[in-house]
Amino acid sequence: MREVYVAGIGITSFSRLEYPLVEIAAYPGLMALRDSGLKKVDHLYVANMGGGRINGQTGLASAVVDHMSLTPAGAETIENGPASGASAIKQGYMAIASGMHDVVMVIGAERMREANPLEATDFVATLTHPQAEYIYGVTLPALAGMFTRLYMEKYGVTARHLAMVAVKNHKNAMDNFYAHLHEDITIEGILDSPEASTNNPYVADPLRFYDVCPVSDGGACLILATAEVMKKINKPMIRLAGIGQATDTHCVHERKDPTELLAVREAARQSFKMAGVKPSDVSVAELHDAFTILEIAESEEVGFFKKGEGHLALERGETQIGGKIPINPSGGLKAKGHPVGATGVGQAHEIVLQLRGEAGKRQVKNAKVGFTCNFGGFGNNVVCLTFIKE
Amino acid sequence: MSVDLEKILRPVDTPLPKFPAKYMTLANGQEMVVRQAERDEIPDILPHVEPLIHVERDFYNIVAARLYSELLAYYTYRVQDEYVLVAQIDGELAAIVNGRSVSPDVGMSYHTFSLRRGLRVGAHAFATKMEYHIDILKQKEVLIVAESGIGFRRWMIEYNLEKRFHIPHELGGCPSWSLTKELFDKARNTLVVGRRPVPEHLLAKAKAGILPPSDPPKGPEDLLAATRSMLDSTATSLIEMRRKQGGKIQ
Repeated sequence: MREVYVAGIGITSFSRLEYPLVEIAAYPGLMALRDSGLKKVDHLYVANMGGGRINGQTGLASAVVDHMSLTPAGAETIENGPASGASAIKQGYMAIASGMHDVVMVIGAERMREANPLEATDFVATLTHPQAEYIYGVTLPALAGMFTRLYMEKYGVTARHLAMVAVKNHKNAMDNFYAHLHEDITIEGILDSPEASTNNPYVADPLRFYDVCPVSDGGACLILATAEVMKKINKPMIRLAGIGQATDTHCVHERKDPTELLAVREAARQSFKMAGVKPSDVSVAELHDAFTILEIAESEEVGFFKKGEGHLALERGETQIGGKIPINPSGGLKAKGHPVGATGVGQAHEIVLQLRGEAGKRQVKNAKVGFTCNFGGFGNNVVCLTFIKE
Repeated sequence: MSVDLEKILRPVDTPLPKFPAKYMTLANGQEMVVRQAERDEIPDILPHVEPLIHVERDFYNIVAARLYSELLAYYTYRVQDEYVLVAQIDGELAAIVNGRSVSPDVGMSYHTFSLRRGLRVGAHAFATKMEYHIDILKQKEVLIVAESGIGFRRWMIEYNLEKRFHIPHELGGCPSWSLTKELFDKARNTLVVGRRPVPEHLLAKAKAGILPPSDPPKGPEDLLAATRSMLDSTATSLIEMRRKQGGKIQ
């Protein structure tokens, strides 16, 4: 197989965008073309989860390829729940590695704030089992709440640990112009003050408002290319070196131990093996912290810390920028935002920025290996990516 | 015979109890003081409201324009029984809420205006305004409308307001919603926060001067969004752009 590199990147603000879904997709694509210096692509993959349901827009890739004047390039929409972004990157990788194409554009785009918060939560809940979960009113925050309670009882994670994740990621997002939330929250403000229960009310006990990611609009783009193409453009050689994908039971209750995120563990293992690196080699990671507990759990499952010790590493400051393994320097889903179909591409965008050394104030020093974990469903479809700076 | 026209034009205010200042800790750890603004402070507030008349996002433009006129009317005695509360963080103006007393039993909420976005600044200010009507003025209900989706979620949904659609609200004659004392009591433990007395140093800082907001709401920064909003039929963005460029406003 041929090696695959990132030739260009682009992103929109992950907040509320006041233009249509097609333009949310096209804008980062145009930025990525400008970044790479390329003018054409062979193929376009567009990751999106809710276009048909929320925006009344199906066949998104066909609309985007024409909107960007990239016809007659092939174009496909990729839907794999919240893991759509990394799944689309995987498709792009395979198209180039196989020799089928030389330059592929991968876009993730979502426009969720057209729906009100209740509708948005319900839309995301449609990825649960229709007869065994959804019909009983299960939502993703509800599943995460139950998961958190189990984790707390089993490993001693406390509300303070969850708040520490939120504070860290909000702090990181302060230096990210494109982040949804620019609120430098404190433990006192969301946990200890007399007003904390109103500032930070329970959403799905024990998860509170600041334990949950916002509903965001946003788009991000990566242009993938062969080594030959990279020789013609003057961009840093960031190689997409490893991809892993794994699934787990659709219903969370069918898992032997619901606190074990087996799909995360397996996807990460595959990705590291393919890249030829170990978790300890990773300089910077973007993990799928749709809920604060997930950053802690995923940091263990991917192999950064022993199972049940992620919160202890957090206490020691090892996941901060400047720590042993900085996690979510972008602000993560928690503060950067979570436009579901775009999230995986947004994570990769941040890692490429970090490996290029272009992340500004939130730059992780000497970043050589970057890792992303894009978590679909409630851990039933996970895609992990490993990037290496050459 | 001479006539003092001002005596005819100026409504006679009913003496209303003053709002006792309070403070609260925000999610970012900062302390916000909410206090009643005196009439002679209005000229210090107006310059911070005016720029937002041109911010075409989340209805800041219309709310700022209406609030500006309400503050001016209060300052020049052209509205009866109005009050203004200001929320300040380190002296900076964070929110303005205002309304008026219609009768001993009924209050009329005018506007809730956040100059510091996020952190429930607006929500805390609104809750404080309701506290003023229900707990201090001892009114039975407050009539409310929302001009933005954010307002609708914050007031109508969070407080589960009752419909009073047969009563036109003073803001545009829109159908009113009502926060009754019973609804306020239900929300008291979850949505209404604040402590008294305000520590002297906080109150002194707040009263020393109303400082401009350091990060006021802005229009869309994204070029593409800005381009599209220029196509808006109100042309507000276009006017604002020309104003910034020093060009002639048509």
